[in-house]
This record gives sequence, structure tokens and C-alpha cells, in this order.
Amino acid sequence: MSSAATAFVESAVRTATPLALAALGELLVERAGVLNISLEGVILAGAFGSVIGATHGGIAGGYAGSIAAGLATAALFALFVVALEADQIITGTAITLLSLGMTGTLYRALFGTTGAALSIPTSAAIAIPGLSAIPVVGSGLFKQPAVTYAVYIAVPLLWWWMYRTHGGLALRAVGESRAAAEAAGRHPLRIRFMAILFGGAAGGLAGGVLVLTQAGTFVEGMSAGRGFIAIAIVVLGRWHPLGVAVAALIFGAASALQYLLQALGLSLPYQLFLALPYVLTLGGLAGVAGRVRAPAGLGRLETE
Amino acid sequence: MTLVAAVVATTAALLSVSGLDVARALTALASGSVGSLDAISSATLVRATPLILTGLAVSVAFQAGVFNIGAEGQFLVGAAATTAAALAGRALPTVLLIPLELAAGAVAGGAWAWIASVLRTRYHVLEVISTIMLNFVAAYLISYLVRGPLQEPTHVFPQTESIADAARLPQLWPGTRLHLGFVIACAACIAAWWIVRYTAAGFRLRVVGANPFAAKSAGQIDLSRVTTRAFLLSGALSGLAGAVEVAGVTLALYENISPGYGYTAIAVALLARLNAAAVIATGVVFGALEAGANAMQRDANVPSVVVSIIEAAIILALVAIERVRVTGAARA
Repeated sequence: MSSAATAFVESAVRTATPLALAALGELLVERAGVLNISLEGVILAGAFGSVIGATHGGIAGGYAGSIAAGLATAALFALFVVALEADQIITGTAITLLSLGMTGTLYRALFGTTGAALSIPTSAAIAIPGLSAIPVVGSGLFKQPAVTYAVYIAVPLLWWWMYRTHGGLALRAVGESRAAAEAAGRHPLRIRFMAILFGGAAGGLAGGVLVLTQAGTFVEGMSAGRGFIAIAIVVLGRWHPLGVAVAALIFGAASALQYLLQALGLSLPYQLFLALPYVLTLGGLAGVAGRVRAPAGLGRLETE
Repeated sequence: MTLVAAVVATTAALLSVSGLDVARALTALASGSVGSLDAISSATLVRATPLILTGLAVSVAFQAGVFNIGAEGQFLVGAAATTAAALAGRALPTVLLIPLELAAGAVAGGAWAWIASVLRTRYHVLEVISTIMLNFVAAYLISYLVRGPLQEPTHVFPQTESIADAARLPQLWPGTRLHLGFVIACAACIAAWWIVRYTAAGFRLRVVGANPFAAKSAGQIDLSRVTTRAFLLSGALSGLAGAVEVAGVTLALYENISPGYGYTAIAVALLARLNAAAVIATGVVFGALEAGANAMQRDANVPSVVVSIIEAAIILALVAIERVRVTGAARA
């Protein structure tokens, strides 16, 4: 049982890592008043970018490639919703579709028609001396790839930046009221553009994590709705970095539940477990309804 | 049309950069979609049928300000319900069985959309998220059904047995694959166009979509009622799309029964500028593109997923053109 519990924690943290990354990026985007529905496409592009990067420059190249691809995808989104002030939902949906088509086509053009055969090195877990020896939760929390530790550090850092710096204040002001922020001498468009790019880098990295720490290969459409789940996590985490981290972890735990239940020998259809993350997202969103407040200017078309 | 041509040309340039044989690909695209009477009737129009119905579903929803990205999931549950009804009612005569199975698909699609509708009107859950989550759940539901309760009797293949001949939609003319579903799809578009344009219910739909606050304060319109109806109608149309696809083309239920109709539907609706009657034309355009893309994959080894790029580029181009026009007009 204790080994099952250890595996459960390990699996929960592993599932939560890319979700937390993508959600923390989206958090800044939404606090600046933009809903980036194309996050799904950003993650997928990041996954593909990491394959390109890793085939040339190993694991470091893979992470660099994922960030670059995420940035490029987000920059296209920013061009439409910030520069042209286009509808965020329609643009975001189109860019996700574009990413699906581009990655699928390029993957087959570059790596042949079958896929799957391609295999790239995955980054190894690093055990933190001492902490990883804690019973039950130790190896799950502290024997993970380096990028997981980066998330541990990013959460308090992001909190500090959002609530304790002028930059963070400006970002939140833009999300609440663009007009007020503008009157106070801020540059809403520039702030939004930067926030979207940051979200793109984080989302791209999340895609890279899927490839470089989990799958070891690229599969068409491998983001499998994680972008949308990450957007839900931002809501569940009440638009706060600590809340987002906790929500991502709960989500990871819920997904890891399937291993625990299977270990207990419950004979339920496996599709039920596969559908569980999506059902949980719906349940979670309905559960927090009315008790959370979104940034006032979120998704609002401008200058109305 | 110019826009579609421009986008296809851009995509062709992109393909040549990726080192694919563009001339052969475009030849295959053309001959597979509009190259012959057979290609038009058995490929393009057959492919257009579910796209017209799901495109109409999206256009109805978007007009009411409901961002239903869930046509895919509603299509799937519609297809499942139709298959189940056709198999259960196999002893019935055609005149009863076909209406029954189509109704089952529409009701199931509507019910699936109703979940997202309740989540939005009662719990303020963004329908963009909820409908996409429901798409995934629907896909796993199908996966379960075709391996569980609805699996064919030998339990070898992950699919249902074929529906009876009496449950099949009649061919429109012999020797082609074109079926009655195409007529149903066109009739639905014209009916929807008339309703949206000329009835009070259609007017409420448009007003709520254009400005919900004004609709509530000045028009005393019950917002959540109009929103719910838009969800239900949109879901029913997507479910009907799944129904006619099963009864007219696939004749059985299996995984991947939809190659993303529900997502292409968004491009179909936007290209038609949400006009229900124009959806017929844009549905046929995308039907031709997808039929041609299949031929392209078969004959020129170009992945058919390239159509997603074309669809996305068309949506983005439309959005950009409209924004430039609006901001230009505002400045003038």
C-alpha cells in the first residue's frame, strides 16, 4: 500500500507539472484582461518545438525549442487580439486549429508518415538529498525532473511579482480597467502583449515537458485538452498563483487516482478513468461558481 | 471564394517549402473534389452534409452569443443514439424507423448541449471550456459503447453491427453515395434562415447575441431562456448531423466516426458570416476541400490534416478583414 501511495504522489506531481506551468502563464494573461483560448495550440506547438530542438541540441535544445514555438504561437494570438482587437475566443479557436494542422503536417513532412518511431531522450529525475527521503511523499515531491523544481520556485516568485511590485500592480490594473490604467499613465497594450508572450513561453514549456519528461516522442494532438484544463485551473485557483498551484496539484491527484483505483482492483471501464479529468474540470468549475471573481475586464472587447 | 482560393494558394506555397509535391497534391485535391460528377456527388456533397448541419448548429449558437465549441461531442452522442435506436427498432418499418432514429440523434445532441447550458446559466461556467470538456467525455463514451454494450455480436471489432436496410436513408440517385441527409441539411438551413430572419423568436435570438444588456433592460427578454434555447437547438442540429452520418454513410458506430466535423463547423459558420442560408454554400466549399484533401493524402501522400491549416487561415483572414474594416470605418 505504501508503494502505491508513493506512486500516487509521484504521478500526481508529474501530471500537475505541465498543467501548473501552463496555468501560471495563463494566470498573468488573464490578470491582464485577456482570455487566451489558444493555450491548447500553444502547448501543442511547444511539444512540437521541443522535438525539433531536441533532435538538434539535446534536452536543453528541446526546452529552448518549446519556448520558442510557444512564443511564436502566442505572438500570433497577440497580434490579433491586441493589435487588431479581434474577438479573443474566435481567434483563439482558430489558432488552436492552426497549431494542430501545422504540427501534424510538419511532423509528417519532417519525420515521415508513421510517427511514433521517433524517440528522443527524456530528462532524468533529480533527487534532492534529504527531502526525497521523507516517507511516502518525499520521492514524489523531491525526485522529479528539474523543471518541476522550477515550478516550485516560480509560484512564490510570481506571487511576489504580482502583489509586491509596480509591474505587477500595473498588470492587475489593466485587467480590472483598461481605461483607468491608461489614465494612470500605463500602457495597457504593451502590458497585454508582454503578458501574452509570457503565457506563450510558459505554455510552450509545458508542451516541452510533455515530450521531454513524459512521452519521449511527439503524437499528433498530444496536448489532449490540457490547454483548456489549464484555463479551468486558473478559475479553480481563483486567479491567484498559490491557488493555481494547489488547483493543479489537486487535478494531478485526481488524474493519478486511476492508478490507485486500479491497484485496488476495481473493475470499472478504463474509459471512465480517461474521461475523469474532463468530468472533474466541469464539476470543479460548477463547484466554485459564484464564489470567485474574475478580473473585471477579462475578455472584454476594448474601448466600449 | 477569392479568400478560399488565396488561402489554398498560400497553403500550397507552404507545402512546397516543406518539400512536398505541390503540383501532384493540387491535382489530387481538384480531381478528388470537383474533378468528376462522381467526385462531386459521392465525395464532396456527402462530406458536406454533416458540415452543413454542424455549421448551422454553430451559426445558430454564435448568433445568440453562445460560443458552442461542442458540436463535435454533440455529433458523437447523436451518432451513438441513432445507432442504438436503429438497432433496437430493427423490426419497425422504414417510415417509422427513420424518423425515430433521427429524432433520437437530435434529442441526444440537444441533451448533451443542455449540460453546458445549465453550467452556463446556473453556474456561470464559460461554455467554451465546458463544451470542449464534453467533447472529450463524448469521445470516451463512444469508445466505451463500441467495446461494451453496443459492440457487435462477435466481440472482435470495436464497433457496432451495421444497422438494418430499413434504417438506411435512401440514396438520392442510384449509383452514388449521396443520400437524403443532404436534402435534410439544406432544408434545415432554409428553415433556420427563415426563423432567424422573420420570427419573433429569431429576433430575440439576434438581439441577445448582439447586446444582452440591452435585450434585458429595453426588450425585457428572458436571457437565460433564449440562451438555453440556442444551446438546445444548436445541440439538436449537431446531433442530427451525427444521425444522418450514421443512417446515410457509416451505417455503424465506431471510434473516430467524426474527423473533426464539429471543429470544421466553426470555420463553415464564420465563412458564412453566421447566415444560415449561406451555410449551405460554405458547407459545400469545405466539403470539397476535405474530400479533395482525402484524395491528396491517398494519391500524393500529403497529410489531410493540412485542411486544418486552411480552415484556421480562413477564420483568421476573415477576422482580420473585419477588424480592419471596422477600425477603418471608425477612423473615417
